[in-house]
Amino acid sequence: MSKPLPDAGQPLMIQLRQVNKWFGQFHVLKDINLDVSRQEVVVICGPSGSGKSTLIRCINRLEEHQRGQIFVEGTELTSDLKHIELIRREVGMVFQQFNLFPHLKVKDNVSLAPVWVRKLPRAEADRLAMELLDRVGIAEQAEKYPGQLSGGQQQRVAIARALAMQPKIMLFDEPTSALDPEMIKEVLDVMRELAKSGMTMICVTHEMGFAREVADRIIFMDQGQIVEANTPQEFFTNPREQRTRLFLSQILQH
Amino acid sequence: MMTEAGRLPPDSPPSKPQPPNPLLRLRLGAFGWMRKNLFSSWLNTLLTVAAAWIVWEAASGMARWALLDASFAEGPEACKGIAGACWGFIREMWPLFLVGVYPATERWRPAVALLIVAALGAVTLNRRVRARRGFWWLWLVGCAAAFLLIRGSPWLGLSMPESTRWGGLMLTLILTVAGIAVAFPFSIVLALGRRSRMPIIRALCVAYIELIRGVPLITILFMASFMLPLFFPAGLNFDKVLRAQVGIILFSAAYLAEVVRGGLQGVGRGQLEAAGALGLSYWHTMGFIVMPQALRIVIPPLTGTFIALLKDTSLVAIVGLFDLLGMAQQAVGNPQWLGKLIEAYAFVALIYFSLCYGMSHFSRVLERRFKAGQ
Repeated sequence: MSKPLPDAGQPLMIQLRQVNKWFGQFHVLKDINLDVSRQEVVVICGPSGSGKSTLIRCINRLEEHQRGQIFVEGTELTSDLKHIELIRREVGMVFQQFNLFPHLKVKDNVSLAPVWVRKLPRAEADRLAMELLDRVGIAEQAEKYPGQLSGGQQQRVAIARALAMQPKIMLFDEPTSALDPEMIKEVLDVMRELAKSGMTMICVTHEMGFAREVADRIIFMDQGQIVEANTPQEFFTNPREQRTRLFLSQILQH
Repeated sequence: MMTEAGRLPPDSPPSKPQPPNPLLRLRLGAFGWMRKNLFSSWLNTLLTVAAAWIVWEAASGMARWALLDASFAEGPEACKGIAGACWGFIREMWPLFLVGVYPATERWRPAVALLIVAALGAVTLNRRVRARRGFWWLWLVGCAAAFLLIRGSPWLGLSMPESTRWGGLMLTLILTVAGIAVAFPFSIVLALGRRSRMPIIRALCVAYIELIRGVPLITILFMASFMLPLFFPAGLNFDKVLRAQVGIILFSAAYLAEVVRGGLQGVGRGQLEAAGALGLSYWHTMGFIVMPQALRIVIPPLTGTFIALLKDTSLVAIVGLFDLLGMAQQAVGNPQWLGKLIEAYAFVALIYFSLCYGMSHFSRVLERRFKAGQ
């Protein structure tokens, strides 16, 4: 692992201050504080139902937090639609279920947002789409529909689609959890390459090998709280908290 | 004698798989199929024979009436003593069926208008033409031209027959095409409104849809025709056809809105989230992501509603307009041609059927194409 640690002088991309969220009576996020600097790769792990997906979905306002503050590049997320749109342009997201647009060709999946949100001319957006599809290794599938691709290919299209908006931050919500085992590597390879290129990333994932290799920081969540935040080295070899140790023993056993 | 692999050696007599003769197999297949499905038991054989007899009787009776015993000559006298159909009636009356009492010297105008629309319809079937940029503007221009032809325009030197003289198939098509063209977009807005997060908009849409759906079309046509003028100042008297048209549009839009809403509910939440995460606005999300998928889901019920709209236009007869069916009723009442009910209705039914079947067929073509695409 040769990637340099993000230098301390890097500006903060994301700040969460005492963020709280409830689903009805259920307290999903409890006093979350988190800073992410530019070019940092943060992996969030934890048992299911611990609130990790909800946490990253709050960052681009797919979920609304009820208390506390979230800043993305200094802009605070409020119910102000202008701010939300501004932030969503800067933050790309990749979903567990891909969520590609099934009625559009792969190429159009990628070029749609650049044309209509970034107002890129059609030809330029097409060129950008082909470039990105090439980068994730599926340029030859550009004219197909998402339903004709394998899960791994679909997820790579989804990554290209998010990158087409030229975001400064990428959020990954369990990007490999819906994939057959033999397709996980091709998606992780793309994410690895992305991390090396200096993208700021927050990944919710159970892929501990990936976390160990790529993450600058690993955050362990349980029951809506951040239990531990640590460097991968410390996290895996010398976890501070009892709950982290228990989780690691469960997840690394098999 | 078997080999160790458990297969028959090549030189042993062939047991099952023979080189199939496709023709032979087809014939055997057909016979086999019949024996299996139609004559498998006593009762089945009886039912098959009885059904075949009924079908034969009905079909031959119809053929005798429509063709063999029929008269095709002109004039009411030709039908004296004829047991079958009297197609001379249709030969004389067909302009009435097609354009109503539109002035006889101007009949070329609706004919040209129909040609324009039919040509547009024909080229629309071609996918490549349809995908052309600005193709839908062609429809707008074509329909405007057709409408201008029928309505007339002093500028162009075309006389303006009163719209009460519009009738027959022409009126049916005008009410249907304009009805769909306006009601469909309106219904999309209503469906989106019903799912809106803004309470006032949602309440208005729900109220509208439920109110209209709770009232028969006849009532709405009556209201539009006879009550609306009471609310307007005496001098302002807008067109009778237009009033019926508005009634049909208001009515159909409510039904279409519910069909469209069904489609909207079939589009997963993930699609909205993906579009939102890319920064697409509400209208872009609806226009490019949600609506195309929603409408594909509901092609069959949409087609059903369009077909219902076409057939419901016949209800304008009750407000004194004579569409295709209304004109048939008028023609039947002609004292020179008494008792030509069946001929009239058979002719009308044939026209309605071709139109409805055409719509239905086009919808199936669309469905198949979308399915193949994904």
